[in-house]
Amino acid sequence: MFEIIQNVKNLSIGFRSKKGEEILILKNISTNIKKGETVGIVGESGSGKSTLALAMMGYVKHGLYTIGGKCEFNSSNLLTMNSRELEKIRGRKIAMIPQNAGQALTPNLKIGYQIDEALQLHSNLNKQQRDEKISELLNKVRLPSPDTIALRYPHELSGGQQQRVAVAMALAGKPDLLLLDEPTTGLDVTTQAHVLELLKFIAKDTGTSMVYVSHDLGAIAQVSDRIIVMYSGEIVLEGPSRSILKKPIHPYTFGLLKSIPKLSLAGLPESMPGSQPQPGSISRGCSFYDRCNFSSDKCKNNSPDLEYLEDLKTSIKCFNYKNLMNDNEVNQNVKKINTNSQDKEILTLSEVSISYAKQKLLDQVFNKITDDNPTVKDININIKKGETIALVGESGSGKSTILKSIAGLLRTKDGIITFDQNRQLPSDLKLRNPNELRIIQLIFQNPDESLNPNHTVEEIISQPLKLYFGLKGEELKKNIIELLEKVRLGEFYMSRYPRQLSGGEKQRVAVARAFAAKPDIILCDEVTSALDVSVQAAVLNLLQQLKEDFGTTYIFVSHDLAVVRAISDRVAVLYQGRLCEVGPSKDVYQFPSHPYTEVLLGAVLEPDPDIKPKLVAEDIVEEKPPKKGCSFQGRCSRIVGDICKNEIPPWQLTTSGNSIRCHIPLKELQKAQII
Amino acid sequence: MKTNNITEEGKKSSFSKVLEVLKTMASKPSGFIGLSILVFHITLALISPYIAPYDYKAIDPAMMLSAPSSEFWFGTDDLGRDVFTRTILGGRTALTVTFFGSLIALLWGGLLGIFCGLVGGKIDDVVMRVVDAFLSIPWILAMLLIVSLLGTTTEVLIPALGFFYGKGIVRVARAATHDVIAKDFIVSARARGHSNFSIMWNEIIPNVRDAILVEGAMRWSWMLLGFSSLSFLGFGVSPPTPDWGLMISNGRGLMSFAYWSVIAPIVGLSSLIIGINLTADAFAKALGIDRATKAPV
Ligand SMILES: Nc1ncnc2c1ncn2[C@@H]1O[C@H](COP(=O)(O)OP(=O)(O)OP(=O)(O)O)[C@@H](O)[C@H]1O
Ligand code: SF4
Ligand code: SF4
Ligand SMILES: [Mg+2]
Repeated sequence: MFEIIQNVKNLSIGFRSKKGEEILILKNISTNIKKGETVGIVGESGSGKSTLALAMMGYVKHGLYTIGGKCEFNSSNLLTMNSRELEKIRGRKIAMIPQNAGQALTPNLKIGYQIDEALQLHSNLNKQQRDEKISELLNKVRLPSPDTIALRYPHELSGGQQQRVAVAMALAGKPDLLLLDEPTTGLDVTTQAHVLELLKFIAKDTGTSMVYVSHDLGAIAQVSDRIIVMYSGEIVLEGPSRSILKKPIHPYTFGLLKSIPKLSLAGLPESMPGSQPQPGSISRGCSFYDRCNFSSDKCKNNSPDLEYLEDLKTSIKCFNYKNLMNDNEVNQNVKKINTNSQDKEILTLSEVSISYAKQKLLDQVFNKITDDNPTVKDININIKKGETIALVGESGSGKSTILKSIAGLLRTKDGIITFDQNRQLPSDLKLRNPNELRIIQLIFQNPDESLNPNHTVEEIISQPLKLYFGLKGEELKKNIIELLEKVRLGEFYMSRYPRQLSGGEKQRVAVARAFAAKPDIILCDEVTSALDVSVQAAVLNLLQQLKEDFGTTYIFVSHDLAVVRAISDRVAVLYQGRLCEVGPSKDVYQFPSHPYTEVLLGAVLEPDPDIKPKLVAEDIVEEKPPKKGCSFQGRCSRIVGDICKNEIPPWQLTTSGNSIRCHIPLKELQKAQII
Repeated sequence: MKTNNITEEGKKSSFSKVLEVLKTMASKPSGFIGLSILVFHITLALISPYIAPYDYKAIDPAMMLSAPSSEFWFGTDDLGRDVFTRTILGGRTALTVTFFGSLIALLWGGLLGIFCGLVGGKIDDVVMRVVDAFLSIPWILAMLLIVSLLGTTTEVLIPALGFFYGKGIVRVARAATHDVIAKDFIVSARARGHSNFSIMWNEIIPNVRDAILVEGAMRWSWMLLGFSSLSFLGFGVSPPTPDWGLMISNGRGLMSFAYWSVIAPIVGLSSLIIGINLTADAFAKALGIDRATKAPV
């Protein structure tokens, strides 16, 4: 009944190493895409998922070549077509939406013009028909007032809007197959949920087949009918969405689902040891053998075949999958975090405001910052010794800005930052003494950027040791080795360069560097966002362990509410640089909560087809915080009227010690809660 | 814990790093040819005083403009001097002057560029304006002015050339520093409280060094051309010192009947320039640097 439109047969793609060996990126892949279905391809970075998706439109990245097999689209092999033939198919029959749509749009051409170009290329409509079509397309992707959007330039749109335009352009050629490579990665949770919802609607409405590539099982779970799980260039599991997510019978998928933090569960998920092997490093045996909890002797030297199980409609590549079939569902074991939060306050922010506004000359002379509507305003938080406090909010909500100010990298406009109850920290880094610099350390999102590529691990970790403690020679070395052990890396890593480490290992080095200073407070800015899920849990566990050992306080910034739920004692929710809600995490994740918290919680995507996101507010992006009234007034679905527009809402304290800043009384807030 | 599968070795000594870069450069035909030409020229410059068959100054009116023969391989010039002797000696001054000139250009251009990139803001603006202003002066006019005021000794030529060819390096060094400065490892070093000097030395220089060296190598070939043009115009080294630019200038009027007096220095000069260019390109490729622009001045 279902017509197959894309058929991948025994596809192998690879490259030749410097030594002349043939190294496979995709190993003998066979699968197909049927008309009207949405297939999700998941895998961690380097598993070959994008290479497979690109091959499905006849594209093999520079440096790679097809070793064997074919990709048939409507029965003709795309991989042997010349560029003229491919041109007829790409953009028309098969369209692609890249990860960063903002970069794929031409910056100096208006949106309408760009869509018009796509239409001219892929259809035979006349000018007037095309204009109508542009409106129709922009309407279809639910952009507000399509006619004005068409006259804008890409940079005048938000990330989510740009992604919608990319969808509209892809639809211009009425494709039969739409390939999406990480289309929502990098978007805010709320935006992501809206875009996914749109994609689902379009798939249904137009009957277009979609291939959705992502590392995020939460996103895949929302859109796909069928899921393909890739590991190390192979398909290890393929089958209907629901059964894969609910009853994963492959050890990798099983472990993966166990390592993803869930909103409903406080505490740290189990981590999967190790990391995915580099292409070319496994010559025999199952590629997952090193990390597998279910392995047997057979797996070491023999590679299992992809086997089709008729009753489950699932293909599996594992010898021991039967051992996993007994488990009904993934029972997630979480390790409850030990709070060693003490009563003593270690850091207090009072009335802190931060502004990015360009200063007038006169103010510069008097070293004054004037800005009546600063990016971050009125931040009051007491941080207790030994606790983990999380700052959450959408992109641009000022999370990183606050961290930068605490670290002294950004001057505050107003307010006081106090350490240890009585020592006021100078707002400017240059005025802080070495000890004041030492007590606060930072860990960044992307270890590729935060580690100097020209320094060895030894040099990286020695920096704070030399700077703060003046260590030298043997003693320095001893300390470095100790720190490496603390982050579970061996001594032999000392002479490695960052490029010779995996993502998780790099982040461990960054963690070791931060702890080398023996800090009291560590600021963590999205420290797990750049990591694969299977590695994320390990880094979270490590951070928790170190914290318990050293009594460190963490200020943890993340956009991922499930991760925050797993690791934090307390949560502060920010919107447009203003606090909305502060409280113990177990209470913030329960009700009553601030309308904005509700929006954030509702938009979280869980790797479970039964849990659908609830889209409460629009995903519009506001340029600037409002001058007066509640910061959330522009998007709030509960807005009670002029009072919200004019008066800053009061802090209301719930019985459990949760503070909510809203004009709606607590009782009513709870009553109205949708979720 | 299971270790990573990356089998590359860790830190290498700087000597083995240099060796590896050279190996990579020589593995492509163009790099191999470039390196060979360069090595040939440098060797020749080093040994030529010992192998030259005649005295380069020896004038022999009887032998004026004789064609190449077994006695004078490349013939003689208008004063009867042996062209072969003068050709193999003629690269020495040019190579020395431009080599040290390039070092000076690298040093001041590199440091100033890194400094501007690091401090940014007003100081950066002002310095770059001044550098741009200098860029807009035709260098040859300025050079002529300098040498006519201070003379044509190597002590004047080296710093003067070094100065003029350093401007382009300022731009490259500044741009490279700008790219690095935004990275989190710099922010991290700042937050730890390292001094500006320590940040420049430990964090920035290792990351911009390669780009600057490549630019310097490229500038070297341009400087060679510039130096020879000066000699050609009579403002480089003074006679009777053997020098390709000077030889070409001398012989150019006689080209129609004594082509041999110019062919050899032309081949010498252009092969050296091509050699340096090919080497610099291979060097850039071996270090993984994309040279988008060829040196404009
Ligand atoms: N250097 C800057 N100059 C001017 N405005 C800035 C600058 N850096 C950030 N901003 C603005 O300040 C606001 C807060 O930015 P910040 O980086 O703190 O957000 P964030 O919550 O960390 O977001 P993300 O999740 O995207 O990292 C945003 O509106 C941003 O556009
Ligand atoms: S084949 Fe063996 S090692 Fe591979 S996933 Fe299955 S049980 Fe694990
Ligand atoms: S104060 Fe008003 S606008 Fe703000 S969150 Fe509450 S109801 Fe919404
Ligand atoms: Mg941020």
